[in-house]
Amino acid sequence: MHVAHLSLRDFRSYAEVDVPLTPGATAFVGPNGQGKTNLVEAVDYLATLTSHRVATDTPLVRVGADSAVVRARVVRDGREALLEVELVPGGSNRARVNRAPLPRVRELLGLFRSVVFSPEDLTLVKGDPVERRRFLDQLLVARAPRLAGVRADYDRVLRQRNTLLKSAGGSRRSSSAGESALRTLDAWDAHLARTGAELLAERLRLVELLRPLVDARYRDVAASALGHRTTVSMAYAPSFPLPEQVTVDRDELHAAMLAELANRRGDELDRGVTLVGPHRDELQLGIGDLPARGYASHGESWSLALSLRLASYDLQRSDGEDPVLVLDDVFAELDSDRRHRLASSVEAAEQVLVTAAVAADVPDALAGARYDVRGGGVRRVH
Amino acid sequence: MYEGVVQDLIDELGRLPGIGPKGAQRIAFYLLEADPVDVKRLAHVLVEVKDKVRFCSVCGNVAEDEQCRICRDPRRDLQVLCVVEESKDVVAIERTREFRGRYHVLGGAISPIEGIGPEQLRVRELMQRLADGVVIEVILATDPNLEGEATATYLTRLLKPLGLRVTRLASGLPVGGDLEYADEVTLGRAFEGRRSVDD
Ligand SMILES: Nc1ncnc2c1ncn2[C@@H]1O[C@H](COP(=O)(O)OP(=O)(O)O)[C@@H](O)[C@H]1O
Ligand SMILES: [Mg+2]
Ligand SMILES: [Zn+2]
Repeated sequence: MHVAHLSLRDFRSYAEVDVPLTPGATAFVGPNGQGKTNLVEAVDYLATLTSHRVATDTPLVRVGADSAVVRARVVRDGREALLEVELVPGGSNRARVNRAPLPRVRELLGLFRSVVFSPEDLTLVKGDPVERRRFLDQLLVARAPRLAGVRADYDRVLRQRNTLLKSAGGSRRSSSAGESALRTLDAWDAHLARTGAELLAERLRLVELLRPLVDARYRDVAASALGHRTTVSMAYAPSFPLPEQVTVDRDELHAAMLAELANRRGDELDRGVTLVGPHRDELQLGIGDLPARGYASHGESWSLALSLRLASYDLQRSDGEDPVLVLDDVFAELDSDRRHRLASSVEAAEQVLVTAAVAADVPDALAGARYDVRGGGVRRVH
Repeated sequence: MYEGVVQDLIDELGRLPGIGPKGAQRIAFYLLEADPVDVKRLAHVLVEVKDKVRFCSVCGNVAEDEQCRICRDPRRDLQVLCVVEESKDVVAIERTREFRGRYHVLGGAISPIEGIGPEQLRVRELMQRLADGVVIEVILATDPNLEGEATATYLTRLLKPLGLRVTRLASGLPVGGDLEYADEVTLGRAFEGRRSVDD
């Protein structure tokens, strides 16, 4: 798929901008702070309804404006669609497809896909577990938009349950209030386990699919001049012991999670937080025999981060999709070897959007259309 | 900040559900410029509604008497009780004409974040109503969103040991929404296709 036209209103630094685009590689080049990332961030927002840089919508709306609009004409399998989303911080966002309003913004998910590579990707390897969980969940949602609902439900149950645990923990010894709180807790447990088991099953399945792809990509990206071979390991570490035979059967996971919730209830009441569930899980990454986090070199960490992104691209390709690739300022971070390998890995994609501070950072393999981005303007150079 | 009573008005409006600070401001200025007769009429119904309207002593629905119209109607089936969150859900279900039993209005759904537990809802009243054994089926028609589902789960566990048939509306209602927004046909079908809940 590709974006044929992008227009923004009051998005980030842009009051108003229109950018016609073509399939193949396009580079946005200009000095720092001129709005290159802002452009590709808008593209990614249409695919994920989030930004790879910030957790809330507020910074995405131009300072002084009440709302922002991202609008893109996208082409998928030869068919065009006009996708629009209006961001209204403090209100409700709205989305339209071919000018028809969607009942819920979330229904935009799945119509357009992107895979973003950015300097922030290093946190996939070096950052806290939350970064890796987000990576998995975003990929889950891209492949099955229905899971956005499961994820949102899980988060909401979690907030409700944590609030209850805090208040119940306090009143535990005062009989009647405590007893009723515990009974209410049972009801929330049921829903935490229902949504949690579904999320967990999907993540376990996803990790199995990703493992060979990540390993293959790592060998590609990191194959050093010395030619030594390193393998990458990926293990999903849940917050509670899974049934003997590692299973992705949702009912078994559901039962296991309920059992563990019963086990840990005392601890949970003492600490006032939910200790069991996929919000505490970790995706353990390793290079050779060592954990990646805390042990991998800067270069190795980059190779692994790139491999994760490339694998998520590969997986979507194998689903029959062709996400738009966004390479935001990554080439400047890489040595020339990794630069080349990355460029040749992605050049076959239907559309690649690259941002770079200087034209020399854009590898030859991705020399396509070029835009100059500066002073709030986006100007086609060639 | 505006002066005195204008700010008071904005503050009061801002306390209403679904109205944020900006909305409150907009409504306040609308009222300031509106025809005084219109505003007086609004003020009058606000006072009157608090004077006249009460809650049914049996089911908790809004009523103009001690009991609501439905609880007073001798043709209603006493054996089936439909539990809903709000009075407006009663209105939505009545529109479908699928249901001939009586209601019990909880006054909301369990939501720890909003400080609402079973004690804040009319759960004790529900248990008292069921004590005489006349009701044989309880239909849980709480909203098809998380809080509604959790409330249904809570009530199921409370009611099952009493040996009642406990049912939940069939799926097909727009998930995540309010019962009141479901159209009549969908809601009617959800009633017909209701299922026993087993846990
Ligand atoms: N909400 C916003 N309103 C106005 N300007 C913004 C907003 N968010 C970011 N900017 C501006 O955008 C610029 C950063 O743009 P960005 O696309 O990240 O730069 P780069 O070209 O280096 O990728 C900064 O100068 C910042 O002040
Ligand atoms: Mg940038
Ligand atoms: Zn009544």
